[in-house]
Amino acid sequence: MTPARTLATAARVLRQLRHDPRSLALMLLVPCAMLFLLRYVFDGSPGTFDTIGASLLGIFPLITMFLVTSIATLRERTSGTLERLLAMPLGKADLIAGYALAFGLVAVVQSVLATGLAVGLLGLDVVGSPWLLLLVALLDALLGTALGLFVSAFAASEFQAVQFMPAVIFPQLLLCGLFTPRENMAPALEAISNVLPMSYAVDGMNEVLRHPDVTGAFVRDALVVAGCAVLVLALGAATLRRRTT
Amino acid sequence: MMNYESGEPGDRPGEPEPPDPAPAVTARALTAVRGDRTVLRGLDFTLPAGRVTGLLGPSGCGKTTLMRAVVATQAKVTGTLTVLGSPAGHPGLRPRIGYVTQAPSVYDDLTVRQNLDYFAAVLLPGRAHRAGRAAAVDRALADVDLTDHADALAGRLSGGQRSRVSLAVALLGTPDLLVLDEPTVGLDPVLRRDLWDLFHRLAADRGTTLLVSSHVMDEAERCHRLLLMREGAILAEGTPEALRRQSGTTTVEEAFLHLVDTAAHASPEEPRP
Repeated sequence: MTPARTLATAARVLRQLRHDPRSLALMLLVPCAMLFLLRYVFDGSPGTFDTIGASLLGIFPLITMFLVTSIATLRERTSGTLERLLAMPLGKADLIAGYALAFGLVAVVQSVLATGLAVGLLGLDVVGSPWLLLLVALLDALLGTALGLFVSAFAASEFQAVQFMPAVIFPQLLLCGLFTPRENMAPALEAISNVLPMSYAVDGMNEVLRHPDVTGAFVRDALVVAGCAVLVLALGAATLRRRTT
Repeated sequence: MMNYESGEPGDRPGEPEPPDPAPAVTARALTAVRGDRTVLRGLDFTLPAGRVTGLLGPSGCGKTTLMRAVVATQAKVTGTLTVLGSPAGHPGLRPRIGYVTQAPSVYDDLTVRQNLDYFAAVLLPGRAHRAGRAAAVDRALADVDLTDHADALAGRLSGGQRSRVSLAVALLGTPDLLVLDEPTVGLDPVLRRDLWDLFHRLAADRGTTLLVSSHVMDEAERCHRLLLMREGAILAEGTPEALRRQSGTTTVEEAFLHLVDTAAHASPEEPRP
Protein backbone atom coordinates (compact mmCIF):
# COMPACT_ATOMS: atom_id res chain seq x y z
CA MET A 1 0.00 0.00 0.00
CA THR A 2 1.33 3.45 -0.97
CA PRO A 3 -0.23 6.54 0.64
CA ALA A 4 0.32 8.57 -2.55
CA ARG A 5 -1.64 6.03 -4.62
CA THR A 6 -4.41 5.87 -2.00
CA LEU A 7 -4.71 9.65 -1.99
CA ALA A 8 -4.66 9.80 -5.79
CA THR A 9 -7.49 7.25 -5.87
CA ALA A 10 -9.54 9.20 -3.32
CA ALA A 11 -8.97 12.41 -5.28
CA ARG A 12 -10.04 10.70 -8.49
CA VAL A 13 -13.28 9.39 -6.90
CA LEU A 14 -14.07 12.89 -5.59
CA ARG A 15 -13.31 14.38 -8.99
CA GLN A 16 -15.78 11.95 -10.57
CA LEU A 17 -18.39 13.09 -8.05
CA ARG A 18 -17.70 16.72 -8.86
CA HIS A 19 -18.62 16.03 -12.46
CA ASP A 20 -21.92 14.65 -11.21
CA PRO A 21 -23.41 17.51 -9.14
CA ARG A 22 -26.88 15.99 -9.20
CA SER A 23 -25.76 12.82 -7.40
CA LEU A 24 -23.78 14.89 -4.95
CA ALA A 25 -26.79 17.11 -4.22
CA LEU A 26 -29.02 14.08 -3.72
CA MET A 27 -26.50 12.48 -1.36
CA LEU A 28 -26.23 15.61 0.76
CA LEU A 29 -29.76 16.99 0.69
CA VAL A 30 -32.06 13.96 0.77
CA PRO A 31 -31.17 13.06 4.39
CA CYS A 32 -31.86 16.66 5.41
CA ALA A 33 -35.20 16.64 3.62
CA MET A 34 -36.14 13.36 5.33
CA LEU A 35 -35.30 14.71 8.77
CA PHE A 36 -37.29 17.82 8.05
CA LEU A 37 -40.25 15.69 6.98
CA LEU A 38 -39.91 13.46 10.02
CA ARG A 39 -39.88 16.42 12.38
CA TYR A 40 -43.35 17.49 11.20
CA VAL A 41 -44.71 13.95 10.84
CA PHE A 42 -44.10 13.63 14.60
CA ASP A 43 -45.16 17.19 15.30
CA GLY A 44 -47.30 16.11 18.23
CA SER A 45 -44.73 13.78 19.85
CA PRO A 46 -41.27 15.35 19.97
CA GLY A 47 -39.98 12.37 21.99
CA THR A 48 -40.55 10.07 19.04
CA PHE A 49 -38.74 12.47 16.76
CA ASP A 50 -35.76 12.40 19.12
CA THR A 51 -35.47 8.60 19.04
CA ILE A 52 -36.17 8.05 15.37
CA GLY A 53 -34.26 11.15 14.29
CA ALA A 54 -31.13 10.12 16.16
CA SER A 55 -31.35 6.58 14.76
CA LEU A 56 -31.79 7.93 11.24
CA LEU A 57 -28.71 10.10 11.60
CA GLY A 58 -26.84 6.81 11.84
CA ILE A 59 -28.80 4.98 9.16
CA PHE A 60 -28.67 7.59 6.36
CA PRO A 61 -24.90 7.49 5.86
CA LEU A 62 -24.96 3.70 5.86
CA ILE A 63 -27.63 3.45 3.16
CA THR A 64 -26.25 6.25 0.99
CA MET A 65 -22.70 4.98 1.06
CA PHE A 66 -23.86 1.42 0.49
CA LEU A 67 -25.69 2.44 -2.68
CA VAL A 68 -23.02 4.78 -3.97
CA THR A 69 -20.16 2.36 -3.38
CA SER A 70 -21.88 -0.68 -4.80
CA ILE A 71 -22.73 1.16 -8.02
CA ALA A 72 -19.34 2.89 -8.25
CA THR A 73 -17.39 -0.35 -7.80
CA LEU A 74 -19.66 -2.18 -10.16
CA ARG A 75 -19.03 0.48 -12.80
CA GLU A 76 -15.34 0.11 -12.12
CA ARG A 77 -15.66 -3.62 -12.77
CA THR A 78 -17.86 -3.43 -15.88
CA SER A 79 -16.00 -0.54 -17.54
CA GLY A 80 -12.72 -2.44 -17.42
CA THR A 81 -11.02 0.23 -15.34
CA LEU A 82 -10.74 -2.20 -12.41
CA GLU A 83 -8.94 -4.72 -14.60
CA ARG A 84 -6.69 -1.97 -15.90
CA LEU A 85 -5.87 -0.74 -12.37
CA LEU A 86 -5.13 -4.24 -11.12
CA ALA A 87 -2.80 -4.81 -14.08
CA MET A 88 -0.96 -1.65 -12.94
CA PRO A 89 1.19 -1.33 -9.84
CA LEU A 90 -1.81 -0.45 -7.62
CA GLY A 91 -2.36 -2.33 -4.37
CA LYS A 92 -5.88 -3.59 -3.68
CA ALA A 93 -5.68 -1.82 -0.33
CA ASP A 94 -4.90 1.44 -2.17
CA LEU A 95 -8.08 1.12 -4.15
CA ILE A 96 -10.28 0.19 -1.20
CA ALA A 97 -8.78 2.77 1.12
CA GLY A 98 -9.10 5.38 -1.63
CA TYR A 99 -12.80 4.68 -1.96
CA ALA A 100 -13.31 4.57 1.81
CA LEU A 101 -11.48 7.88 2.19
CA ALA A 102 -13.40 9.67 -0.56
CA PHE A 103 -16.83 8.45 0.47
CA GLY A 104 -15.92 8.87 4.14
CA LEU A 105 -15.30 12.54 3.40
CA VAL A 106 -18.65 12.87 1.64
CA ALA A 107 -20.26 11.12 4.62
CA VAL A 108 -18.70 13.64 6.99
CA VAL A 109 -20.22 16.52 5.01
CA GLN A 110 -23.55 14.71 4.83
CA SER A 111 -23.55 14.02 8.56
CA VAL A 112 -22.50 17.54 9.49
CA LEU A 113 -25.41 18.91 7.46
CA ALA A 114 -27.94 16.38 8.79
CA THR A 115 -26.80 16.58 12.41
CA GLY A 116 -26.58 20.36 12.27
CA LEU A 117 -30.08 20.60 10.88
CA ALA A 118 -31.55 18.10 13.36
CA VAL A 119 -29.89 19.50 16.47
CA GLY A 120 -29.76 23.16 15.50
CA LEU A 121 -33.00 23.84 13.66
CA LEU A 122 -35.36 20.95 14.26
CA GLY A 123 -34.79 20.79 17.99
CA LEU A 124 -33.53 17.22 18.26
CA ASP A 125 -32.91 16.80 21.96
CA VAL A 126 -29.48 15.21 22.42
CA VAL A 127 -28.10 14.85 25.94
CA GLY A 128 -24.63 13.79 24.78
CA SER A 129 -22.21 15.51 22.47
CA PRO A 130 -23.22 16.00 18.84
CA TRP A 131 -19.60 15.13 17.97
CA LEU A 132 -20.29 11.60 19.09
CA LEU A 133 -23.29 11.47 16.78
CA LEU A 134 -20.94 12.52 14.02
CA LEU A 135 -18.44 9.83 14.95
CA VAL A 136 -21.06 7.08 14.78
CA ALA A 137 -22.33 8.50 11.49
CA LEU A 138 -18.82 8.30 10.05
CA LEU A 139 -18.39 4.70 11.22
CA ASP A 140 -21.75 3.87 9.68
CA ALA A 141 -20.65 5.44 6.42
CA LEU A 142 -17.55 3.25 6.42
CA LEU A 143 -19.70 0.21 7.10
CA GLY A 144 -21.95 1.17 4.20
CA THR A 145 -18.92 1.60 1.93
CA ALA A 146 -17.62 -1.79 3.00
CA LEU A 147 -20.93 -3.56 2.44
CA GLY A 148 -21.39 -1.88 -0.93
CA LEU A 149 -17.94 -2.89 -2.09
CA PHE A 150 -18.54 -6.45 -0.96
CA VAL A 151 -21.93 -6.99 -2.61
CA SER A 152 -20.82 -5.36 -5.87
CA ALA A 153 -18.74 -8.49 -6.45
CA PHE A 154 -21.94 -10.52 -6.62
CA ALA A 155 -23.86 -8.19 -8.93
CA ALA A 156 -23.48 -8.66 -12.66
CA SER A 157 -25.27 -5.42 -13.52
CA GLU A 158 -26.34 -2.15 -11.96
CA PHE A 159 -29.87 -3.53 -12.07
CA GLN A 160 -28.84 -6.36 -9.76
CA ALA A 161 -26.76 -4.06 -7.60
CA VAL A 162 -29.73 -1.91 -6.58
CA GLN A 163 -31.68 -5.08 -5.73
CA PHE A 164 -29.06 -5.81 -3.10
CA MET A 165 -30.23 -2.72 -1.23
CA PRO A 166 -33.51 -4.26 -0.07
CA ALA A 167 -31.78 -7.60 0.44
CA VAL A 168 -28.93 -6.34 2.61
CA ILE A 169 -30.29 -3.14 4.15
CA PHE A 170 -34.02 -3.67 4.73
CA PRO A 171 -33.74 -6.64 7.12
CA GLN A 172 -31.27 -4.63 9.18
CA LEU A 173 -33.57 -1.65 9.06
CA LEU A 174 -36.48 -3.72 10.41
CA LEU A 175 -34.42 -5.40 13.10
CA CYS A 176 -32.19 -2.55 14.24
CA GLY A 177 -34.62 -1.16 16.79
CA LEU A 178 -35.77 1.78 14.73
CA PHE A 179 -39.44 0.78 14.76
CA THR A 180 -39.64 -0.98 18.09
CA PRO A 181 -37.08 -1.63 20.85
CA ARG A 182 -35.10 -4.78 20.10
CA GLU A 183 -36.05 -6.29 23.50
CA ASN A 184 -39.69 -6.37 22.38
CA MET A 185 -39.04 -8.53 19.32
CA ALA A 186 -39.62 -12.28 19.13
CA PRO A 187 -36.57 -13.92 20.75
CA ALA A 188 -35.37 -15.39 17.46
CA LEU A 189 -35.49 -11.97 15.79
CA GLU A 190 -33.79 -10.33 18.72
CA ALA A 191 -31.00 -12.90 18.41
CA ILE A 192 -30.64 -12.09 14.72
CA SER A 193 -30.66 -8.37 15.41
CA ASN A 194 -27.80 -8.96 17.86
CA VAL A 195 -25.52 -10.03 15.04
CA LEU A 196 -26.47 -7.33 12.54
CA PRO A 197 -24.15 -4.31 12.57
CA MET A 198 -26.85 -1.70 12.01
CA SER A 199 -28.34 -2.60 15.39
CA TYR A 200 -25.16 -1.38 17.05
CA ALA A 201 -25.16 1.79 14.99
CA VAL A 202 -28.67 2.62 16.23
CA ASP A 203 -27.86 1.59 19.81
CA GLY A 204 -24.82 3.85 19.71
CA MET A 205 -26.89 6.80 18.54
CA ASN A 206 -29.39 6.19 21.32
CA GLU A 207 -26.62 6.10 23.92
CA VAL A 208 -25.54 9.58 22.82
CA LEU A 209 -29.15 10.69 22.85
CA ARG A 210 -29.67 9.71 26.51
CA HIS A 211 -26.31 9.99 28.26
CA PRO A 212 -24.18 13.09 28.72
CA ASP A 213 -20.92 11.10 28.86
CA VAL A 214 -19.27 8.47 26.74
CA THR A 215 -20.72 5.27 28.18
CA GLY A 216 -19.23 1.80 28.06
CA ALA A 217 -22.12 0.69 25.91
CA PHE A 218 -21.35 3.48 23.43
CA VAL A 219 -17.72 2.43 23.17
CA ARG A 220 -18.79 -1.17 22.61
CA ASP A 221 -21.29 -0.15 19.92
CA ALA A 222 -18.77 2.04 18.12
CA LEU A 223 -16.16 -0.72 18.22
CA VAL A 224 -18.61 -3.30 16.87
CA VAL A 225 -19.55 -1.06 13.94
CA ALA A 226 -15.90 -0.22 13.22
CA GLY A 227 -14.91 -3.89 13.52
CA CYS A 228 -17.66 -4.97 11.13
CA ALA A 229 -16.57 -2.29 8.66
CA VAL A 230 -12.97 -3.49 8.71
CA LEU A 231 -14.02 -7.13 8.43
CA VAL A 232 -16.29 -6.50 5.45
CA LEU A 233 -13.65 -4.29 3.80
CA ALA A 234 -11.22 -7.19 4.06
CA LEU A 235 -13.84 -9.50 2.54
CA GLY A 236 -14.34 -6.92 -0.21
CA ALA A 237 -10.61 -6.86 -0.89
CA ALA A 238 -10.71 -10.62 -1.33
CA THR A 239 -13.26 -10.20 -4.13
CA LEU A 240 -10.83 -8.07 -6.17
CA ARG A 241 -8.91 -10.48 -8.36
CA ARG A 242 -6.01 -9.58 -10.59
CA ARG A 243 -6.73 -12.63 -12.74
CA THR A 244 -10.28 -13.35 -13.85
CA THR A 245 -11.79 -15.85 -16.26
CA MET B 1 15.49 -17.88 -33.16
CA MET B 2 14.54 -21.14 -31.60
CA ASN B 3 10.99 -20.87 -32.69
CA TYR B 4 11.70 -21.14 -36.37
CA GLU B 5 13.44 -24.50 -36.21
CA SER B 6 11.74 -25.43 -39.47
CA GLY B 7 14.43 -23.13 -40.90
CA GLU B 8 12.38 -22.02 -43.86
CA PRO B 9 14.65 -20.11 -46.20
CA GLY B 10 11.69 -17.83 -46.82
CA ASP B 11 11.65 -16.78 -43.20
CA ARG B 12 14.20 -14.09 -43.90
CA PRO B 13 13.44 -12.61 -47.25
CA GLY B 14 15.55 -9.98 -49.01
CA GLU B 15 14.96 -8.21 -45.73
CA PRO B 16 14.72 -4.58 -44.89
CA GLU B 17 14.62 -5.74 -41.25
CA PRO B 18 17.66 -6.19 -39.02
CA PRO B 19 18.08 -9.66 -37.47
CA ASP B 20 15.58 -10.43 -34.72
CA PRO B 21 16.64 -9.46 -31.21
CA ALA B 22 15.99 -11.67 -28.18
CA PRO B 23 12.29 -12.37 -27.64
CA ALA B 24 10.32 -10.14 -25.28
CA VAL B 25 7.73 -12.88 -24.75
CA THR B 26 8.16 -16.64 -24.99
CA ALA B 27 5.26 -19.05 -24.62
CA ARG B 28 5.52 -22.81 -24.41
CA ALA B 29 2.49 -25.11 -24.29
CA LEU B 30 0.31 -22.17 -23.29
CA THR B 31 -3.17 -23.42 -22.45
CA ALA B 32 -6.13 -21.48 -21.09
CA VAL B 33 -9.48 -22.78 -19.97
CA ARG B 34 -12.65 -20.69 -19.65
CA GLY B 35 -15.52 -22.55 -18.07
CA ASP B 36 -15.40 -26.00 -19.67
CA ARG B 37 -13.93 -24.70 -22.91
CA THR B 38 -10.25 -24.84 -23.78
CA VAL B 39 -9.66 -21.47 -25.40
CA LEU B 40 -5.90 -21.75 -25.95
CA ARG B 41 -4.56 -25.18 -26.82
CA GLY B 42 -0.90 -25.59 -26.01
CA LEU B 43 0.45 -22.59 -27.92
CA ASP B 44 4.14 -22.04 -28.64
CA PHE B 45 5.15 -18.60 -29.85
CA THR B 46 7.60 -15.77 -29.31
CA LEU B 47 7.32 -12.02 -29.64
CA PRO B 48 10.58 -10.41 -30.81
CA ALA B 49 11.57 -7.35 -28.79
CA GLY B 50 11.13 -3.94 -30.35
CA ARG B 51 8.87 -5.21 -33.13
CA VAL B 52 5.22 -4.95 -34.03
CA THR B 53 3.68 -8.40 -33.99
CA GLY B 54 0.18 -8.74 -35.39
CA LEU B 55 -2.17 -11.29 -33.86
CA LEU B 56 -4.70 -12.15 -36.51
CA GLY B 57 -7.60 -14.51 -36.67
CA PRO B 58 -11.38 -14.59 -36.79
CA SER B 59 -13.50 -13.36 -33.86
CA GLY B 60 -13.66 -15.88 -31.05
CA CYS B 61 -10.41 -17.66 -31.95
CA GLY B 62 -8.77 -16.80 -28.62
CA LYS B 63 -6.87 -13.60 -29.45
CA THR B 64 -8.12 -11.71 -26.39
CA THR B 65 -7.47 -14.66 -24.09
CA LEU B 66 -3.91 -14.92 -25.41
CA MET B 67 -3.37 -11.21 -24.75
CA ARG B 68 -4.92 -11.46 -21.30
CA ALA B 69 -2.58 -14.36 -20.54
CA VAL B 70 0.44 -12.24 -21.52
CA VAL B 71 -0.65 -9.32 -19.32
CA ALA B 72 -1.65 -11.81 -16.57
CA THR B 73 -5.28 -10.87 -16.17
CA GLN B 74 -6.46 -14.29 -17.37
CA ALA B 75 -7.07 -16.98 -14.77
CA LYS B 76 -6.55 -20.72 -15.35
CA VAL B 77 -3.56 -20.45 -17.65
CA THR B 78 -1.04 -23.32 -17.77
CA GLY B 79 2.23 -23.78 -19.61
CA THR B 80 5.31 -21.59 -19.60
CA LEU B 81 5.01 -17.90 -20.33
CA THR B 82 8.02 -15.65 -19.93
CA VAL B 83 7.45 -11.92 -20.31
CA LEU B 84 10.42 -9.50 -20.35
CA GLY B 85 12.53 -12.08 -18.55
CA SER B 86 10.07 -12.84 -15.72
CA PRO B 87 7.21 -15.29 -15.45
CA ALA B 88 3.96 -13.64 -16.59
CA GLY B 89 2.13 -12.06 -13.66
CA HIS B 90 5.28 -11.12 -11.75
CA PRO B 91 4.46 -7.91 -9.82
CA GLY B 92 7.62 -6.27 -11.19
CA LEU B 93 6.13 -6.47 -14.67
CA ARG B 94 3.07 -4.35 -13.87
CA PRO B 95 4.71 -0.97 -14.52
CA ARG B 96 6.41 -2.30 -17.66
CA ILE B 97 3.35 -3.52 -19.57
CA GLY B 98 0.66 -1.40 -21.18
CA TYR B 99 -2.59 -3.16 -22.00
CA VAL B 100 -5.47 -1.71 -23.96
CA THR B 101 -8.67 -3.71 -23.88
CA GLN B 102 -11.03 -3.83 -26.83
CA ALA B 103 -13.65 -1.70 -25.05
CA PRO B 104 -12.02 1.55 -23.87
CA SER B 105 -11.40 1.33 -20.12
CA VAL B 106 -11.41 4.92 -18.96
CA TYR B 107 -13.58 6.94 -16.57
CA ASP B 108 -16.36 8.51 -18.61
CA ASP B 109 -17.08 11.06 -15.90
CA LEU B 110 -13.57 12.48 -15.89
CA THR B 111 -11.91 14.65 -18.51
CA VAL B 112 -9.24 13.16 -20.72
CA ARG B 113 -6.53 14.90 -18.74
CA GLN B 114 -8.00 13.88 -15.38
CA ASN B 115 -8.05 10.26 -16.56
CA LEU B 116 -4.41 10.43 -17.56
CA ASP B 117 -3.44 12.31 -14.38
CA TYR B 118 -4.92 9.56 -12.23
CA PHE B 119 -3.35 6.65 -14.06
CA ALA B 120 -0.04 8.54 -14.13
CA ALA B 121 -0.29 8.94 -10.35
CA VAL B 122 -0.74 5.18 -10.04
CA LEU B 123 2.35 4.55 -12.16
CA LEU B 124 4.54 7.33 -10.74
CA PRO B 125 3.15 8.19 -7.29
CA GLY B 126 4.33 10.97 -5.06
CA ARG B 127 5.20 14.65 -5.19
CA ALA B 128 8.71 13.95 -6.37
CA HIS B 129 7.37 12.76 -9.71
CA ARG B 130 4.94 15.61 -10.28
CA ALA B 131 6.92 17.12 -13.17
CA GLY B 132 7.59 13.70 -14.67
CA ARG B 133 3.88 12.89 -14.54
CA ALA B 134 2.89 16.14 -16.24
CA ALA B 135 5.41 15.48 -19.01
CA ALA B 136 4.20 11.90 -19.44
CA VAL B 137 0.58 13.06 -19.68
CA ASP B 138 1.41 15.73 -22.26
CA ARG B 139 3.41 13.28 -24.35
CA ALA B 140 0.69 10.62 -24.23
CA LEU B 141 -1.89 13.22 -25.30
CA ALA B 142 0.31 14.25 -28.21
CA ASP B 143 1.00 10.60 -29.14
CA VAL B 144 -2.68 9.91 -29.71
CA ASP B 145 -3.40 13.40 -31.06
CA LEU B 146 -5.89 14.36 -28.35
CA THR B 147 -4.17 17.48 -27.00
CA ASP B 148 -7.08 19.58 -28.26
CA HIS B 149 -9.58 17.42 -26.38
CA ALA B 150 -7.65 17.25 -23.11
CA ASP B 151 -10.36 19.03 -21.15
CA ALA B 152 -13.35 17.24 -22.65
CA LEU B 153 -15.19 14.64 -20.59
CA ALA B 154 -14.21 11.17 -21.82
CA GLY B 155 -17.87 10.18 -21.94
CA ARG B 156 -18.64 12.99 -24.40
CA LEU B 157 -16.02 11.86 -26.92
CA SER B 158 -16.68 9.72 -29.98
CA GLY B 159 -15.95 5.99 -29.83
CA GLY B 160 -12.67 6.35 -31.69
CA GLN B 161 -11.55 9.21 -29.46
CA ARG B 162 -12.36 7.25 -26.32
CA SER B 163 -10.33 4.30 -27.51
CA ARG B 164 -7.43 6.68 -28.12
CA VAL B 165 -7.74 7.93 -24.52
CA SER B 166 -7.52 4.30 -23.45
CA LEU B 167 -4.41 3.90 -25.62
CA ALA B 168 -2.89 7.08 -24.16
CA VAL B 169 -3.27 5.61 -20.65
CA ALA B 170 -1.27 2.57 -21.74
CA LEU B 171 1.48 4.80 -23.17
CA LEU B 172 1.93 6.76 -19.92
CA GLY B 173 4.64 4.75 -18.26
CA THR B 174 6.69 4.23 -21.46
CA PRO B 175 6.01 0.49 -21.26
CA ASP B 176 8.47 -2.03 -22.66
CA LEU B 177 5.59 -4.18 -23.86
CA LEU B 178 2.37 -2.84 -25.28
CA VAL B 179 -0.54 -5.21 -25.77
CA LEU B 180 -3.34 -3.74 -27.88
CA ASP B 181 -6.62 -5.55 -28.42
CA GLU B 182 -8.17 -4.44 -31.74
CA PRO B 183 -7.05 -0.81 -31.34
CA THR B 184 -8.13 0.27 -34.82
CA VAL B 185 -11.60 -1.25 -34.90
CA GLY B 186 -14.20 1.21 -36.19
CA LEU B 187 -11.71 3.97 -36.96
CA ASP B 188 -11.60 5.89 -40.20
CA PRO B 189 -8.75 5.11 -42.62
CA VAL B 190 -6.79 8.27 -41.80
CA LEU B 191 -6.82 7.57 -38.08
CA ARG B 192 -5.95 3.94 -38.68
CA ARG B 193 -2.93 4.97 -40.70
CA ASP B 194 -1.90 7.47 -38.02
CA LEU B 195 -2.17 4.86 -35.29
CA TRP B 196 -0.12 2.32 -37.25
CA ASP B 197 2.50 5.04 -37.80
CA LEU B 198 2.49 5.62 -34.04
CA PHE B 199 2.94 1.88 -33.36
CA HIS B 200 5.95 1.81 -35.66
CA ARG B 201 7.40 4.95 -34.09
CA LEU B 202 7.05 3.38 -30.64
CA ALA B 203 8.88 0.27 -31.80
CA ALA B 204 11.61 2.17 -33.65
CA ASP B 205 12.19 5.13 -31.29
CA ARG B 206 11.35 3.74 -27.86
CA GLY B 207 12.18 0.08 -28.50
CA THR B 208 8.67 -0.92 -27.42
CA THR B 209 7.52 -4.46 -28.20
CA LEU B 210 3.97 -4.40 -29.55
CA LEU B 211 1.38 -7.12 -29.81
CA VAL B 212 -1.57 -5.84 -31.82
CA SER B 213 -4.64 -7.93 -32.52
CA SER B 214 -6.97 -7.49 -35.43
CA HIS B 215 -9.49 -9.50 -37.32
CA VAL B 216 -8.99 -7.34 -40.39
CA MET B 217 -6.44 -9.11 -42.55
CA ASP B 218 -5.38 -6.01 -44.48
CA GLU B 219 -3.76 -4.68 -41.32
CA ALA B 220 -1.45 -7.70 -41.38
CA GLU B 221 0.75 -6.12 -44.00
CA ARG B 222 1.62 -3.33 -41.56
CA CYS B 223 3.21 -5.71 -39.01
CA HIS B 224 6.80 -6.86 -38.78
CA ARG B 225 5.64 -10.32 -37.80
CA LEU B 226 2.38 -12.18 -37.63
CA LEU B 227 0.78 -14.81 -35.49
CA LEU B 228 -2.13 -16.33 -37.38
CA MET B 229 -4.64 -17.91 -35.02
CA ARG B 230 -7.64 -20.11 -35.48
CA GLU B 231 -9.73 -22.02 -32.94
CA GLY B 232 -7.27 -21.60 -30.09
CA ALA B 233 -4.21 -22.68 -32.03
CA ILE B 234 -1.43 -20.86 -33.90
CA LEU B 235 -1.75 -21.62 -37.60
CA ALA B 236 1.45 -19.89 -38.64
CA GLU B 237 4.09 -17.50 -37.39
CA GLY B 238 6.43 -15.35 -39.48
CA THR B 239 6.80 -12.18 -41.48
CA PRO B 240 3.89 -11.29 -43.79
CA GLU B 241 6.19 -11.87 -46.76
CA ALA B 242 7.29 -15.29 -45.54
CA LEU B 243 3.70 -16.34 -44.95
CA ARG B 244 2.69 -15.28 -48.45
CA ARG B 245 5.69 -16.99 -50.00
CA GLN B 246 5.16 -20.25 -48.08
CA SER B 247 1.60 -20.55 -49.30
CA GLY B 248 2.29 -19.12 -52.75
CA THR B 249 -0.32 -16.38 -52.36
CA THR B 250 -0.30 -12.63 -52.90
CA THR B 251 -2.07 -11.47 -49.72
CA VAL B 252 -1.99 -12.52 -46.08
CA GLU B 253 -5.73 -13.17 -46.27
CA GLU B 254 -5.20 -15.72 -49.04
CA ALA B 255 -2.31 -17.20 -47.11
CA PHE B 256 -4.58 -17.57 -44.07
CA LEU B 257 -7.30 -19.29 -46.12
CA HIS B 258 -4.68 -21.53 -47.72
CA LEU B 259 -3.36 -22.52 -44.28
CA VAL B 260 -6.87 -23.25 -43.00
CA ASP B 261 -7.57 -25.48 -46.02
CA THR B 262 -4.24 -27.27 -45.68
CA ALA B 263 -4.86 -27.87 -41.97
CA ALA B 264 -8.32 -29.23 -42.74
CA HIS B 265 -6.89 -31.67 -45.32
CA ALA B 266 -4.06 -32.76 -43.07
CA SER B 267 -6.36 -33.68 -40.18
CA PRO B 268 -9.91 -34.03 -41.42
CA GLU B 269 -11.08 -35.21 -38.01
CA GLU B 270 -9.38 -32.71 -35.83
CA PRO B 271 -9.98 -33.82 -32.24
CA ARG B 272 -12.18 -31.43 -30.31
CA PRO B 273 -11.89 -31.11 -26.54
